[in-house]
Amino acid sequence: MTTVVASLNQALRRSLASSLEVMVLGEDVLDPYGGAFKVTQGLSSAYPQRVLTTPVSEAGIVGLGVGMALRGLRPVVEIMFGDFLMLAGDALVNHAAKFRWVSNDRARVPLVVRTPMGGRRGYGPTHSQSLEKHLMGAAGLRTVAASALLDPGPMLEAAILSDDDPTLFVEHKLLYAQEIGASLDGGDYLVESAGERYPSLTVRLAGAPAPRLTVASYGYTAGLALEAIRRLAYEHEVFAELVAFTQLIPLRLEPLAQSVRQTRALLTLEEGSGVLGWGSEVVSAMLEELGPVFPARRVSARPLPIPASLPLEQAVLPQVDDLMRAALSLNEQDRGGPTRHSNG
Amino acid sequence: MPAELTPAELYRQMLRIRRFEETVLAAFPRGWFYGTTHTGIGQEANAVGVLGLRKPGEVVVSNHRCHGHYLAYGGSMTALAAELMGRATGVCGGRGGSQHLIDGDFYASGVLGGTLPLAVGMALAERRRRQLVIVFLGDGALGEGAVYESLNLAALWSLPVYFIVENNRYAQTTPIHLHLAGEIPARFEAFGIPVEECDTTDVSEVGDLAEAGLGRLRRGSGPQALVLHTYRFSPHSRGDDLRDPQEIERFRQRDPLLVQGARLRPGDRRSIEAEVEQQVREAFEAALAAPEADPASLTPALENGA
Repeated sequence: MTTVVASLNQALRRSLASSLEVMVLGEDVLDPYGGAFKVTQGLSSAYPQRVLTTPVSEAGIVGLGVGMALRGLRPVVEIMFGDFLMLAGDALVNHAAKFRWVSNDRARVPLVVRTPMGGRRGYGPTHSQSLEKHLMGAAGLRTVAASALLDPGPMLEAAILSDDDPTLFVEHKLLYAQEIGASLDGGDYLVESAGERYPSLTVRLAGAPAPRLTVASYGYTAGLALEAIRRLAYEHEVFAELVAFTQLIPLRLEPLAQSVRQTRALLTLEEGSGVLGWGSEVVSAMLEELGPVFPARRVSARPLPIPASLPLEQAVLPQVDDLMRAALSLNEQDRGGPTRHSNG
Repeated sequence: MPAELTPAELYRQMLRIRRFEETVLAAFPRGWFYGTTHTGIGQEANAVGVLGLRKPGEVVVSNHRCHGHYLAYGGSMTALAAELMGRATGVCGGRGGSQHLIDGDFYASGVLGGTLPLAVGMALAERRRRQLVIVFLGDGALGEGAVYESLNLAALWSLPVYFIVENNRYAQTTPIHLHLAGEIPARFEAFGIPVEECDTTDVSEVGDLAEAGLGRLRRGSGPQALVLHTYRFSPHSRGDDLRDPQEIERFRQRDPLLVQGARLRPGDRRSIEAEVEQQVREAFEAALAAPEADPASLTPALENGA
């Protein structure tokens, strides 16, 4: 079994090996430290000329990445904590996302910006956020999120070597140590994959009745959703199906629409706050696609800064129990029972 | 200065920029353009003095005040006029407009300061090809933090980038004494970047300094800087000029075209003026005759859009 951090590390290594145009930049990425979350461990020893440690200059290094990409390199910029991406907002939104399209396709920006997002580590309000939603509205920027359900290594490699547009590659901190695919092993689940470069997975319990609820999620919370789906089945005989996204934006309607057509109920789960979030976009898009034929709920972080204390952090970030409550409430409503609102 | 950059040629290049931009400002009320524009009338010696020396493959990064840089780079005047008019034949097919010109080795964008990291990143790429990057910024951009991150990185990694500061003494309408502390060269010296400074509108003087700076870069030096104290006679964009007309008049006494024009025989000067007048007229006529950009030509923002 391979962990997420090992797979991402190997993907970077393969990318550096296969193209001299690939360069990796970031703060504290050199050995022996190898990056704050060790994704770049060993790279600088193997490729000292093309793995550069940088000053603490997020705006500078993402902008550098844009310039490098415009002139034929395939840079990978690591931002140590996703929270710091806000410092690079101009480089991402006003430059990376613009040059190819505004130039009428004369220019290309094959840039990858990788960053760990997410909480559940007690790092508090400025080192725990899931801020990707703030960048998902920028046309011209692709957002991809790793999960442990499907090996993220080949996706990172494709983003670096094959994608000529800028990609924000989001890695939840708690994923790094997880074993890829472990939760899907053992034959308990039926898994279908759709899409090539950044596939979506549709997962349901094997041998269970037809699901009556679809849960859409990504990243670390896709794993939480899987746990909730198992418990809903065993504890409440409520059967649900997970659609786990890898590419968040542009939003692909399939295979989610196919699932919701069958289940006629939709829950979204994300770790960021819900206001104008990914789940809002997913629910809206499904409504436009399918019509108002299904109830929906969004489960997300409460609209508060993420506190440092463990019980406070747990109360703010969405947990498996929150998703289960929302699912049960939706199930009751779906069957004409009393309506009860979750905290999602 | 190279032999082909004769006094007449320098005058011709500056006059092309001047007459292009004067035509733009004069034609705006006629409804030829949509949006806005930023002209650099009075600053032509900087664009021509530096970019007249550019060799093929050397990259240029410019800002919102980019028409002069683009023309001095060798960009098409007709395509530039068409871009300002939102025509399909514009530099970017009407997607960029006045301050976003992307063409070959030329890149202009409209957010101040943000272009500096791009230029340094380009220099990191170009070093492998033994090429260099020339980036223009104004005094206004010196208020942006990304500028100093860029100077630090360029110096730290000894990258082949030439920072050309055009200090026209105003950030939009704000005079420099209200927006800038300290001295401009000291900003470069603090990072160990060699810097030269000149208060001139003489294109030959700019050219001599740039020739030396570019020479050092071509021989493999790290970053270099050139601070040119200049002045724009035109407003920041169109109708937003609050400066004392006497101040503008004082600077007009050293108009770069007067300085350079005085070096030519009157007959030669007049024939260049006639030639440029025709070029500018033809460029705008061709742009006016070109088709409007077609909404049907809009493509997805990403290659694999879905």
